[in-house]
Amino acid sequence: MYAWWWRILPGPWWVRLLLSLVAVAAVVLLCFEVVFPAVAERLAINDGTVDGR
Amino acid sequence: MSAAGSAPGGSRARAAVGVVGELLVTAGLLTLLFVVWQLYWTDFTSGRAQAAEVDQLQSRWATSAPATPGTVPTPGAPGAAPGVAVDVTPPQGDAFAIAYVPRFGSGYAVPVVEGTGTSDLQEGIGHYRGTALPGQVGNLALAGHRVTYGKPFNLIADLQDGDAVVVATATQWFTYRVQSHEIVRPSQVSVIAPVPDQPGATPTQAWLTMTACHPMHSARQRYVVHALLESVQDRSAGPPASLAPVGQG
Repeated sequence: MYAWWWRILPGPWWVRLLLSLVAVAAVVLLCFEVVFPAVAERLAINDGTVDGR
Repeated sequence: MSAAGSAPGGSRARAAVGVVGELLVTAGLLTLLFVVWQLYWTDFTSGRAQAAEVDQLQSRWATSAPATPGTVPTPGAPGAAPGVAVDVTPPQGDAFAIAYVPRFGSGYAVPVVEGTGTSDLQEGIGHYRGTALPGQVGNLALAGHRVTYGKPFNLIADLQDGDAVVVATATQWFTYRVQSHEIVRPSQVSVIAPVPDQPGATPTQAWLTMTACHPMHSARQRYVVHALLESVQDRSAGPPASLAPVGQG
């Protein structure tokens, strides 16, 4: 998977490295802003309220 | 990586195993990233936002102080204690007070936000809708995160009987003193009843109840602290003596 990713990237190694870092940053951003908040909402491992449910 | 020379069937199987392995490693990294996000990043961002909200509230109160009409105590009126500063329930999500707990550190100041929804609790301590407002007879019920999102109630288990919990509004300081704590099931809503643990009873005192998750990092139980209103002081009189730092004992 990662070998395939490295193969399809264009340019010399440092361009590939740069593109890979940008891709990683994009994934982290997506996780932090969208995915993780949605997951945390479902997990509620830190819910501190009392309710009747 | 390349097993081009070997038998096609074997190399395909090996490639499949390799991909599965990489997927598992990726899943592990993402899980680790989630833990970092939940424990540290939410704490960092919410903590910063809450500190900014406290500053904003304080400057708003400072500028509007002279124009604030004197709160009219309404003795005899049901549900009114001497000098209720906030007598209209704020809109959900609005920060309307600041909580100070000397036991949690001298710099501790967290906004109190109306409502206990997920987003409310990320912005500060949540005020259970429909429960008493600061100073009111009844039960001022507050929920806060014990871990993550600024963790305002991180040290809730350190509170000792007699410790001060101070709630500041635009016009007044309310000093509550811790009376007791208990650990209950999450469904035990009677802890935030107008008279704590006595649902249906008519309140005659102004209580404050704090709820947080228990044990830490778990939603299995709730750590609950009850405090009773001790004194009320006008904002113009300056911060109350109850804000004095307490020792770590």
